[in-house]
Parts: sequence; C-alpha cells; structure tokens
Amino acid sequence: MRTGVVLGGMGAAVVVLPLIAPPYHVTLMLPFMAYGVVLLGFNLLFGYTGLVSFGHALFIGIGAYAAAVLTTKLGVRHMELILPVAALAAALAAAPVGALCVRYVKIYFGMLTLAFGMVFYTFLLKFYRLTGGDEGMRMLRPSLFGSEWAGFNKTAYLVGPYYYFSLAVLVVATLVMWRIVGSPFGLCLKTIRDNPLKAESLGVSVPRYRWYAFMISAVYAAVGGALLAPPTGNVDPTLAYWTHSGNVVFMVLLGGFASFFGPLVGAFAFIFLQDTVMSVFPYWRLIFGAMLAFIVIFAPGGLMGLFARRGPVEVSRR
Amino acid sequence: MGGVFHAAILFLVAAGLQLVFGVQKIFNLACGSFYALGAYTGVSAVAFFTGHGGPPTLFVIPLALGGLAVGLVGLVVERGLLRFVYDRDETFQLLLTFALVLMLEDLIRLTWGTAPASTGGLYLAYGQVRLLGATVPVYNLIVIAASLAIALGMGFTLTRTAFGRIIRAAADNREMAEALGVDMRGVYARVFTLGTMLGTLGGALVIPATAAMSEMGIELIVEAFAVVVIGGLGSMRGAFLGALVVGVLRSMAISIYPELEMLLIYLIVIAVLLWRPRGLFGAAAA
Repeated sequence: MRTGVVLGGMGAAVVVLPLIAPPYHVTLMLPFMAYGVVLLGFNLLFGYTGLVSFGHALFIGIGAYAAAVLTTKLGVRHMELILPVAALAAALAAAPVGALCVRYVKIYFGMLTLAFGMVFYTFLLKFYRLTGGDEGMRMLRPSLFGSEWAGFNKTAYLVGPYYYFSLAVLVVATLVMWRIVGSPFGLCLKTIRDNPLKAESLGVSVPRYRWYAFMISAVYAAVGGALLAPPTGNVDPTLAYWTHSGNVVFMVLLGGFASFFGPLVGAFAFIFLQDTVMSVFPYWRLIFGAMLAFIVIFAPGGLMGLFARRGPVEVSRR
Repeated sequence: MGGVFHAAILFLVAAGLQLVFGVQKIFNLACGSFYALGAYTGVSAVAFFTGHGGPPTLFVIPLALGGLAVGLVGLVVERGLLRFVYDRDETFQLLLTFALVLMLEDLIRLTWGTAPASTGGLYLAYGQVRLLGATVPVYNLIVIAASLAIALGMGFTLTRTAFGRIIRAAADNREMAEALGVDMRGVYARVFTLGTMLGTLGGALVIPATAAMSEMGIELIVEAFAVVVIGGLGSMRGAFLGALVVGVLRSMAISIYPELEMLLIYLIVIAVLLWRPRGLFGAAAA
C-alpha cells in the first residue's frame, strides 16, 4: 500500500517534470531512464541470479551502435523500429556469449564477460572503416510516435517527445521485469542464486536458466544503450569499455541489488550525484571511488538497504 | 625484441596480480592503477634527480627507488580498506578494487595533471646495440635482465625461504596456516605491499620508453588480465609464460596486421578460459 503511494507520487512527478523543471535537469533524466532500463536487466543477472557480469557494456555498446548504424547508414529513423532491432542484435550476440559464460560462476564468469566486452571494444576501436574508430559514429535524430518533430530544436525535442518516449520505454521495461521476477521463472533464478545444487535436484536446468537470464539482461542493456544514443547524438567505443561495465555494477550496488527498485534508485542517484559533484569538483572519480569503497565496506545493501532498515521507524512516527 | 621488453614489464605487473590473487584470493583490478602510479612517480623521481645535478647515466637508480617507494601505498590500501572485506563475497572485493581504480585515476590527474609526462631523451642514454638483426636500446636489455632477476628471486623466495613457505601455506589453506601459528594479518599486509611494489616498479621501468598517461593503468589491467588468464590464475610460472606469450604476440600482430593487435589477445584469452579455465600452465605453487 505504502509502496503504491510512493510509486504513484513519483510517477506523477516524473510525468509533469518537463513542464515545471528547467530543461537542463530534464535532459539529465534521459540518461537516468536509459540506464534504468539497462540496470533492471543487469539486476536480473546480479541480484536475482547471483552472476556479476563485468562486461555488460558490451550489450550497451551493441544497442547504441545498432541505433547509430540504422539511422546513419540504413536510413531507418523510426525509434519504434530501432529498439526491437537493437534488442534482436543483442540477443543474437548474447546467445553464443551467454551459452559459454554461464558455464562458469563468480570470478570466472566476471572475467569471461570482461574479455568478451573487450573483444567488442577493440573491434569498435580498430575497424575504423566499419565503426568510425575512436571517433565513433553519429546518431541522427530518430522519429518518435510516427513524427519527425521537424519544428523542434534539439532541446525542445529532448525534453518533449523524447522524454516521454524514454519514459514509456522505462515503464514498459519495468512492468515486464516485474512480471519476470514474480513468475515461476524468476523464482527459479532466485533458487539458483541461493542454492544451485538444490535447484538442480528439483529439476531446474541451472545453466539453461542462467542462459535465459543472461539473454534477457542483454536485451535490456541494448534497449537502454539505444536510448542513450540520441541525447548525445554520437556513439563511441568507450560505451563498450570495461570501466563502463564497472560503472553499471556500481550503480546497481549504489541503489541496492537486493531490491527490485534498487537499480532505478541507483541510476538516478548516480546520474544526479555525478552531475552535482562534477559542477563543483572536476575529479568526480575520486569522490565516487571513495563512495563505492564506503558502500562496499559499510553498506552493501546500497541506498535501498539503508532505506529499508530505517523504513519502519518512519512509518511508526507518522 | 620490443615484444620481450613489453613482456618483461607485463610480467612484473602480472606477478603482483598473481601473488595477491594466490594468497588473498582477491582479483586486484587496481594493479593497473598502481602501475600508472609507479610510472608518474618514476618521472618525478628522475626529474628531481637530474634537476639536482645527478648524472643522467645513473637515472635508473632514482627511477627504480621511486617505483619501489611508492609501492608502500599498498600497505595503506591493505590496512585502510581491503582488510575489512576479506570475509565478504568476492564480488564485493572486486568492486572495492574497482573503487581504487576510480580513486587512483583521479588522484594521479590531481597530482600530475592530465598532460602526458615523460623523462625526455634518457631512453637512449645507454646507447643501442645490434642484436639478431635489430637495433635494440640497451635500456631494454637492462629492464629485461632486471625482470628476469626478479622472477628468479621470487622463485627462490617462494620455494627456498621460510617466508616463501608461509606464503605458499597461506595460499593453500588459510585456516590451517593460521592454526599453526602464522600471523595472517602480517602475511596479508606484506603480500599485498609486495604485489603493489611489483606493479609500481613495472610502471616506473616502462616510462623511459613511453610517456606516462593517466589512462595507462586501466589499459594495462586488461593486458595483465590476459596474461594471468593465459598463464593460469595464481601461478607465478604462468605469469612468466603468459607475459611472454602476450608481449611477443602483440608485437608480432602490430607488425603484421595492426587491426588484430589486442583482438587476437582477447580471442586467445576466451579460448583459454573455455578450453582450460585453469590456464595453459595450470596452477603451480603460489
């Protein structure tokens, strides 16, 4: 009940935000929503299945480059078409990669995903003629809801139609993920995380379920990656670099991997904190590194973990 | 020959990574950052030395000393951060080292600025020799010899001395070693500091040949990672052979088909992980 009220309030705030907030803060919401989609999928792997990928930027990169290639080289401008293509590309890549990776757990899984991510990164960097090398590729403005929005300048486009399009994608992605984690499939994943042997003996095919989770999270990452491209108007290889994967893990941990909404909180906190810190002190990594160390040592539950522990106290006070 | 020089540097960093992983079971993502830290310190140490009238031909002495001294950062890191997470899941340990990567990268930018730093023309201070039909700077040979000496010294320490036996015991079975009266806190602190020093020394030794850049650390970690995977996690002999494989293959790929340079290395890494996850050379002592 309380969660419903909180969610409803936040939903209303997000919908009216472009009407009341300055455009700058509205444009900051765009990467939040894109990363929100990425992290929802990532947490299916991390929080629910217990596998930490250190190469998730691979699929973000695939999504972003798929979008860029479609708009600049193939003349496809409908975002409604770009997202499924990006998702399909990620699924096609994730099928073999995932099948190989899920044979391992823990640190070996992390290392193998990191290696695959770096293969894609070097491919993007070195095959200049196909990918534009370190300069990356331009991402042309996609059409949304069947319209070009030709009369809008870039900011008006981003804070208007694009904002609501991203929001719609995020809402759909959240609802789908909510169904997934609540389904028997989601329960199986949690069993696998907590006790793979028991899951196996109950008749759950552990590698196959891990593989499914890997594919789903890859598709989410690609959709989020495609959403990241239009606001910057450019995609480059750093999207697939291993530190980007590290940041993804950081965001989930910041929000709290043990909770369904933790990743969304983490994405929001990361984007806005990064913006705040950078505006006063250019060396944001120093602050963020210290923050990450603090979270790992003292608050492994992340922001949602703190919130959950303090939650009942606040309720009783009201 | 350039490949062997690169391999010698890679070995130092990878050996530090292996030592820490073998004993503490922590995969230290920050080993690349220690390498970058060593490089910048090396530049400063040499600049200080020549600035105070030191003869340019002796520049390796402040270089190596600077690299070793800054390795003491490892002690601070271990006592200040890592010791809190030894009983945690390895994911959190990995993330803590990632936090170190972030912090060190900006600390380096904050201290030395963003422009690349180099030692100027000292690289050829010892001249060049012709070897096997190629011109090789003598400095390269010095580094290769130093790296070999360190490899032998570490092999000797690990197999022949009391401290080496304790390290190997700790790597094999922590509880048993502790039950037999080994002070594990001290061992961990020393091992991590030693591992860090290997990384910072590697960084210091490389900079006469290339300029120090703030991104060099996060780039090197993936190479060092390739080395330890090919060689086998936790194995010293693996680090040695893995470094040779990666260093030589890389320089060959650069001269034959540059696009393949790192791609080739990662493909080998993936093949090794899938085919023999324990590495080509198995898990030998420590």
